[in-house]
Amino acid sequence: MAATRGEVLRLYKKMLRESISFSNYSYRTYALRRIKDAFRENKGESDPGKIKDLIMYGVHNLEIIKRQVVISQLYKTPELIVEACKKQSNDQKT
Amino acid sequence: MLQRFGIRIAFMTRSLKDSVLQKDSTRRYLVTQLETTASRLSSEPSVSNMEELKKATREGRVDLEYRPLYLDAQATTPLDPRVLDALMPYLISLYGNPHSRTHAYGWESEAATETARKQVANIIGADPKEIVFTSGATESNNIAVKGVARFYREKKRHLITTQTEHKCVLDSCRALENEGFDITYLPIQKSGLINLKDLEAAIRPDTVLVSIMTVNNEIGIKQPISEIGRICRAKKVFFHTDAAQAVGKIPLDVNEMNIDLMSISGHKIYGPKGIGALYIRRRPRVRVEPLQSGGGQERGMRSGTVPTPLVVGLGAACHVAHKEMSYDHARLEHISRRLVDKIMAELPDVIRNGDPEHSYPGCVNLSFAYVEGESLLMALKDVALSSGSACTSASLEPSYVLRAIGADEDLAHSSIRFGFGRYTTEEEVDYTAEKCIQHVKRLREMSPLWEMIQEGIDIKSIQWTQH
Repeated sequence: MAATRGEVLRLYKKMLRESISFSNYSYRTYALRRIKDAFRENKGESDPGKIKDLIMYGVHNLEIIKRQVVISQLYKTPELIVEACKKQSNDQKT
Repeated sequence: MLQRFGIRIAFMTRSLKDSVLQKDSTRRYLVTQLETTASRLSSEPSVSNMEELKKATREGRVDLEYRPLYLDAQATTPLDPRVLDALMPYLISLYGNPHSRTHAYGWESEAATETARKQVANIIGADPKEIVFTSGATESNNIAVKGVARFYREKKRHLITTQTEHKCVLDSCRALENEGFDITYLPIQKSGLINLKDLEAAIRPDTVLVSIMTVNNEIGIKQPISEIGRICRAKKVFFHTDAAQAVGKIPLDVNEMNIDLMSISGHKIYGPKGIGALYIRRRPRVRVEPLQSGGGQERGMRSGTVPTPLVVGLGAACHVAHKEMSYDHARLEHISRRLVDKIMAELPDVIRNGDPEHSYPGCVNLSFAYVEGESLLMALKDVALSSGSACTSASLEPSYVLRAIGADEDLAHSSIRFGFGRYTTEEEVDYTAEKCIQHVKRLREMSPLWEMIQEGIDIKSIQWTQH
C-alpha cells in the first residue's frame, strides 16, 4: 500500500518538531536543514516501493532524533555567539 | 602573543636604528612609527595574552558567556548524533570482548565489529578482510610506513614521500633513516600538487613504498591519487596514502586508484576519537611487520582488544558519510565560496594558499598580508580557528607546508585556516567574515608595514640588519 500524502506530511512535521528541541545549535540547525532538504529532494518520487523505503528511513531517523534530543538536553553548553547576536537583533526589532 | 609581537617590533626598531637605510629622515620616521606601535601593543591588557587567557579558562576564572564558533574541522569534528546513537548500546549494556568465543557477550560484540568493518570497507571500495582497526591515523601511518619498510628491508631500502606530509609520516621516515633507509622528500609545486615526473624519476629499483597524502590538512590540496597509483603499480612499488582528511569527503576507491595501503581516522569524519583504520591490500598481497606484540588480534597486525564502541562508531560514521557525501560536498562548496567572496570583496592583499581548483572546499587557507596570523587569531577570540595543523599550533614557527609551496616567510606567518564541516551554517560564516574583515582592517591600521606599503615603500627593498 502506498503512503498517503498526509502520512508523509505528518512524518515531516513530527521530525521538524522534534529537531527544534536539540539544545546544541549545530545539531539543531543541521537536523532542520537536512530534513527539509531530504523531503524536498524526494518530493517528486512516485515509485511506491521507494516511497516506502524513504518513509522507513525517516521513521528510523525520527527515533534517533528523539533519543539524541534527550541526550542534548542532559548535557547543555552555553549558547554560541551567533545565537546571542541573533537574539539581540531580534530584541532590538521588537 | 601581542606582547611577543611587541617584542618583535621592538627588535625591528632596534635593527632599524642601525640599519643601512640611506635617507636619514625616513629612518627617523620609521623608528618613531615602530616605537609608538610597540608601546601601544605592550600596553594592551594582559588578558589578551593567549597563554594568560588559556590559563584563566582552565582555572575557571573566565566565565565564558558564549561558546565560540567552531571552524577548525581539520583538527577534529564533533560526533554526529547518528554515530553516538549507534555506539551508545556498546558503552552501556553490550560490553562483551569481541574476541571472546565462548559466550553470547563476545558473539554480539564480534558481530558488531564485523558490521563496522564492512561499513568502513564499503566507503573505499575494499574487502572487509583488508581493514585493520587501529587507534587512529597516526598509528595507521606508522604501521604502514615502518611496517612495510621493515618487512622488506632485506631487498629494498628506499622510500618516497613529500615535504608536506603530516608530521607522523615525516617522523616515521626520520626513524627509518636512523635505521639506515634512504628517504626522498619530494618537493611541492606552487599550486600545492606534486610533480608526477619528479615522482617517476625518484623511483629506484630498491624503492619499497611511496607515501603521499590524499588531502592536505593545512591547505586542503587534493593530490592526483589515481595517477600516482598508476605510476606506482607500473613500477611495482607499494603506494600508501594518508586519507584521514579525505575519506567520507571525496569519493575514493582503492581498486580504481591502485592504492595498496590507506590510513583512515575516525574523528575527522564525525566519528569518535581514538579509533582509525588501515586498509592493507590482499591481492597482490602487501605484508607489514607489526609494531605491537600481543594477542594477535586484527590478523596479528595490530594486537590489543578491539574497542567495540569506538569501532561501531567508526563504522556508523563511514556509513553516514557515504550516504551524505554528495550533499555535504555541495554544501561545503557553497559555504566556502561565501566566505572567500565576502573577504576578498572587502580586503585587498588576501592570498589563498593552494590551488582552489584542486582543493577540498572544506579547507580554506588564507594569508592576510601585513597582519600576523597569531594576532588575528587572538582578535578573533569568538571563532575557533587555527593557523595550521593542531599538532604544531603551539609553536610560533611558520607552517612547513606553506613554506614548501613557496609562500614567503611573512605570508606564511599571516595565514589562517578556515575549516568547515557538516554543521557549519551561513550565519556562522557571515559572522566570521565580518569579524575577520573588521580585525584585519584594525590590525593593518596599526601595522608599520602596512603604513609603509600605503606610502609606496617596497618592503622587500629594505635591508634589515642581520638576524
